[in-house]
Amino acid sequence: MTKKEMACIVCPMSCHLEVTLDDNNNMIEVIGNTCKRGEVYAKSELKNPVRMLTSTVKLEGGLYKRLPVITSVNIPKDKLFDVMKEINKIEVCAPIKVGDIIISDVCGLHADIVASRSVERTDGDNRTESNTCNSK
Amino acid sequence: MKEYEIVIIGGGSAGLASAIEAYKNGCKSILILERDKELGGILLQCIHNGFGLHMFSEELSGPAYAERYIEQLKELGIEYKVNSMVIHLSKDKIIQYVNPTEGYVSVKAKAVILAMGCRERTRGAIAIPGYRPSGIWTAGTAQRYLNMEGYLVGKRVFILGSGDIGLIMARRMTLEGAKVCGVAELMPYSNGLPRNIKQCLEDFDIPLYLSHTITNIKGKDRINSLVIAQVDDKLCPIKGTEKEFEVDTLLLSVGLIPENGLSEEADILLHEKTKGAIVNESYETSVEGIFACGNVLHVHDLVDYVSSEGMKAGRAAAKYMKGELTQKEGFQTEGKDGIGYVLPHKVNVDNVEDKIECMFRVTGIYKKAVIRVYKDGNLFKTIKKQHMAPAEMEKLILKKEEIEDIKSVLSIEAGYE
Repeated sequence: MTKKEMACIVCPMSCHLEVTLDDNNNMIEVIGNTCKRGEVYAKSELKNPVRMLTSTVKLEGGLYKRLPVITSVNIPKDKLFDVMKEINKIEVCAPIKVGDIIISDVCGLHADIVASRSVERTDGDNRTESNTCNSK
Repeated sequence: MKEYEIVIIGGGSAGLASAIEAYKNGCKSILILERDKELGGILLQCIHNGFGLHMFSEELSGPAYAERYIEQLKELGIEYKVNSMVIHLSKDKIIQYVNPTEGYVSVKAKAVILAMGCRERTRGAIAIPGYRPSGIWTAGTAQRYLNMEGYLVGKRVFILGSGDIGLIMARRMTLEGAKVCGVAELMPYSNGLPRNIKQCLEDFDIPLYLSHTITNIKGKDRINSLVIAQVDDKLCPIKGTEKEFEVDTLLLSVGLIPENGLSEEADILLHEKTKGAIVNESYETSVEGIFACGNVLHVHDLVDYVSSEGMKAGRAAAKYMKGELTQKEGFQTEGKDGIGYVLPHKVNVDNVEDKIECMFRVTGIYKKAVIRVYKDGNLFKTIKKQHMAPAEMEKLILKKEEIEDIKSVLSIEAGYE
């Protein structure tokens, strides 16, 4: 039996977890978490660490040149750079609604890349449909 | 001169929340003045997730969190002006601002809410030796360039200071293809949230040098290397511990300072530790009818707490408008051993609704420790705390009936059993 300390990364509370493991690295007990999600995190972190990924894609027709995006669900930690490659190929045009899917099922991970804010067109041409333009 | 019931300076998370709450409490004549191109403040460049767990029970990105408030504000029809920079604020609540469409404008308010946020400390504030080449940025500036304008400010990066913005930029720049060589922190502990040490540094094998500082910066036009050294317990560099890193960029994440130029002009008293206004239970400053909330009052680590403080200030300002706030000195709060500051600084129990939330920060790392609460010097409560650190704001909630008998001072102390 071994003990392991870890910081929960689920939310900014950053709970200090103390995990007790058996000889096969299976979790027996976790203390220090203030919510259920801490326990789920500890279990997943030991076996299959996952992360949310946030980045930006090129944007035309908005106030700024970048649109912030986020994965719809957690993705495996070792796939972060593969997904970044896909994100960096994309260019979109305003208008965009928060939650619009920018890439669906990225890298076959059953996760979408979605817009994490809305953007109006700065030239006033606010077409209702958002459109992915010039995907390279 | 146009008159408003409430003018709010700053349209970031504090300003937005305070406006919405003041409106919901009966104030319909509100104006928000924002100097940037759109509402949302610093949230717009904080594209990482983790915002809104307390407020929405969801984990949102910064822009998505801001959008929730902006949408609500627009639905309520609250007036706001962007590209509008407030340049003067007077004690009698006359606000002067400039913008490209109206020029120079003066407005009068019955109440003012200060929500100007904070600024990053720069190289000048910490006096790093060496040359003064280009390639040295505050982490937040680099963040705005990367996340909003689309420019990566460097390829080989070192970060001084382990504040959250620096840690988040370490991950962000790594994901965008830069090499982050390391993070140096003067103190023996990190100033960022533990989750950010884990997911921004450890995940990418970026070394964190605790008790280290920069002792030299080299490069005449652009920075080409820097030297760090370990520091002793008096924070002085130790000879012989130097390490040199070849870099083209240095990011500084060395603390934030509430931006109180306007407050000072209006003769508002500031607190030595927080560098923000001294406020009472209603978040009212030393000038009657001027309220403060968010990072201009004290630097927060969670936006959810900024929003909730904004709501408190907005509600109080609305009560002030209706003549429901009583003006009385009340008792003081103080931080004793191990406590950096306690906020609010003064409490008039008459204005407390059902409970009061005291926010405070400890001055060092505490494990399996206790918080002691004293009323007029008499121990009243001892609360166990598993872990406390200066980077994590603590909250003490006291019911109205628990504080009604305090005559002069409520004190908080950190220690061990």
